[in-house]
Amino acid sequence: MAIKDLPKEEYVLQGNAACPGCPATIALRTVLKALGKKTIITVPASCSAVIQSLYPKTSFSVPTMNIAFEAAAASASGIKAALHAEGKDDVTVMVWAGDGGSYDIGLQALSGALERKTNFIYICYNNQMYSNTGIQRSGATPYGAWTTTTWAGKKEKAKNLAEIVMVHDTPYVATASIAYPTDLYRKVKKAKGIEGPKYIEILCPCPPGWRFDMSKTVEIARLAVETGSWLMYEFEGGKLTFNGPSKGIIEGTKEAKPIEDWLRMQGRFRNLTDNDIKEIKNELKEGWEFYQKKS
Amino acid sequence: MKTTISYPEKAAMGKTGSWRVFRPLFHEDKCIKCWRCWIFCPEGAISRNELPSINYDFCKGCGVCANECPVNTIEMGREEK
Amino acid sequence: MKIIDTANNVVALAAKMARPKVIAAYPITPQTTIVERLAQYVESGELKAEFIRVESEHSAMTSCIAAEATGVRTFTATSSHGLLLMHEMLHWAGLARLPIVMVNVNRAIGPGWSIWSDCNDSMSQRDTGWLQFYCSSNQEVFDTVIQAYKIAEHKDVQLPVMVNYDGFILSHTSMPADIPSQKEIDDFLPAYTPEWKLDVEHPITHGNIIGPEYYMEVRYDMQISQQKAKKVIKNVDDEWNKKFGKSHGNLIETYRCDDADIIIVAMGAIGAEAHASVDGLRKKGEKVGLARLRVFRPFPKEDLQKIAEKAKLIVIDRDISVGIEGAVATEIKASVDGKVCGFIAGLGGRDVTHKDIMRMYNLAKENKDGWYSVEVR
Repeated sequence: MAIKDLPKEEYVLQGNAACPGCPATIALRTVLKALGKKTIITVPASCSAVIQSLYPKTSFSVPTMNIAFEAAAASASGIKAALHAEGKDDVTVMVWAGDGGSYDIGLQALSGALERKTNFIYICYNNQMYSNTGIQRSGATPYGAWTTTTWAGKKEKAKNLAEIVMVHDTPYVATASIAYPTDLYRKVKKAKGIEGPKYIEILCPCPPGWRFDMSKTVEIARLAVETGSWLMYEFEGGKLTFNGPSKGIIEGTKEAKPIEDWLRMQGRFRNLTDNDIKEIKNELKEGWEFYQKKS
Repeated sequence: MKTTISYPEKAAMGKTGSWRVFRPLFHEDKCIKCWRCWIFCPEGAISRNELPSINYDFCKGCGVCANECPVNTIEMGREEK
Repeated sequence: MKIIDTANNVVALAAKMARPKVIAAYPITPQTTIVERLAQYVESGELKAEFIRVESEHSAMTSCIAAEATGVRTFTATSSHGLLLMHEMLHWAGLARLPIVMVNVNRAIGPGWSIWSDCNDSMSQRDTGWLQFYCSSNQEVFDTVIQAYKIAEHKDVQLPVMVNYDGFILSHTSMPADIPSQKEIDDFLPAYTPEWKLDVEHPITHGNIIGPEYYMEVRYDMQISQQKAKKVIKNVDDEWNKKFGKSHGNLIETYRCDDADIIIVAMGAIGAEAHASVDGLRKKGEKVGLARLRVFRPFPKEDLQKIAEKAKLIVIDRDISVGIEGAVATEIKASVDGKVCGFIAGLGGRDVTHKDIMRMYNLAKENKDGWYSVEVR
């Protein structure tokens, strides 16, 4: 599939409140192209609550329910149950949540919805921090990253939420990057056709948060994959498959680009010491080995 | 009964093209119609006609299109107002 | 049909007969037997509804909000700490103008863990925009749950309703109740038609960012609807009375108030117990009456003013707004001109018998009030 084959329909309207170069709108445009108009989305507190623009207007043209920060997955369960009771099973319910609302405050509700097998798609657009409140660390912030609550760099590594989701016996789990839109489109389309809970996490580099020029949003998302910092895969029927450059990196057939190339493009990693970089490289290697054993 | 119901509308935040500091200029002679500029535009401000066309009413001037164009058909220049 | 059953089982029956399409609930003592029974109804097919077994009360309320916003009638029940965990979402339901009906079985708050009756749980929710009923018998519990849907869904109201009653004193105590037929309930309570909903054919966004130029009007509209709810509650109670021959006194149930010099104001089980106290005191020649507050939100200010015109009021609170006094007493003092004595009593399930209430009456006559059995005896 080529980019030209993606549908022309747009569900994120022009003239919205997103920052210039925003990765969340890049991701959401493609996601909604895959899901189509018979979709209801529910959004916890996040940048996307702002991107919708101000009452009484909205820049989202599919039905959208905003909900409290920790509540998105429970909201999806409620919407889906009501649709089912009304015989409207052809409507897709999607959670569109940031990493703060997924990794941290929303984790309990996510776990609950996964366990009770709500038939929905949970998408975490991961920009590795609380962007909306002004760049604070989240459970998804990587080791060494500056945020406004980790001034000297985060001391802990990010948790692996996709793995936590997998052990809930989730039928479909995938990771994607905004730099690979046809891969993202395919994954969302596939998720739509699977019964039960589906989880997709999209890496979304944030220009003001990661401290890089707004024209580089997609480039940094691509480099994250090419350096093996972000792995793209699908987990289906107990089987893990790596996609794009991640496949070669995990299978050892392709050398990853040096991680320094990716780190140096971002102001949030400006203060890394040589030791920090060593630590990051170790962490990367351990991550790859974990998946080499698993796949 | 009054609650916070909003209706979909183009230009909900007005013509956001006014935010622009840099302006993308499209040189159609080099375009290979890969449509990367179209899919990566955060604003959806590039339409898919015969060739890509930029809607300057809404282009926020981020420059992702120029950065992602494989044949340098889009050039960023300072916005003159 | 006449049944003898606990308030919790009566609630489950009422909820079933109201035909909700989605129930989302989490267990907590002493509410648990309500959701157990409802789960049975759904599993056996007696009630055609989706039962969402959520992982917390916060999610229970969230799921009800989301389901109601998708256009269907919902039900949930909780108690005490469960209600407290819901607090954020109670505000959300109110501002979203979703006519959810919830039963709260009043229970004290820890620490230490207390499972016994106390209204601090629901009193802590008084500013959330929910209507609040307090029941004093299992019959009233049944009737109020059904009425609650009609009131909540009325176009002049469009607000969620909380039906409260005392843990164990009512929840686990069997009492007789008359239950109308399903057909009679269906005639009284028509199918739900939402004022707004999430619909792929007519996309809207609910709850996005709202600026200072719009927010106050949204709040003001809730206030107007609470005011209008007073009339709706009266009309619904009248209609119920006409159809089923039972009234629980609209906003306030009064008893022997006509010539009374002193009127006891109480809610829930204490309100029921006070009947016996009034009878006892009347036998001794005291001109005393009872005003049982059935509705706390909207606050029946005008009705209370009328009651207070000729009589001194003794208010018994099964709650405490720590740092001032009982919440009901404060609100009544702010509403009426006359003398009001306020007692705090029955916290954490401490017994309040008709003799205790008679004692409070005598203390009030000596112009004493405060913490009954703690600072005044």
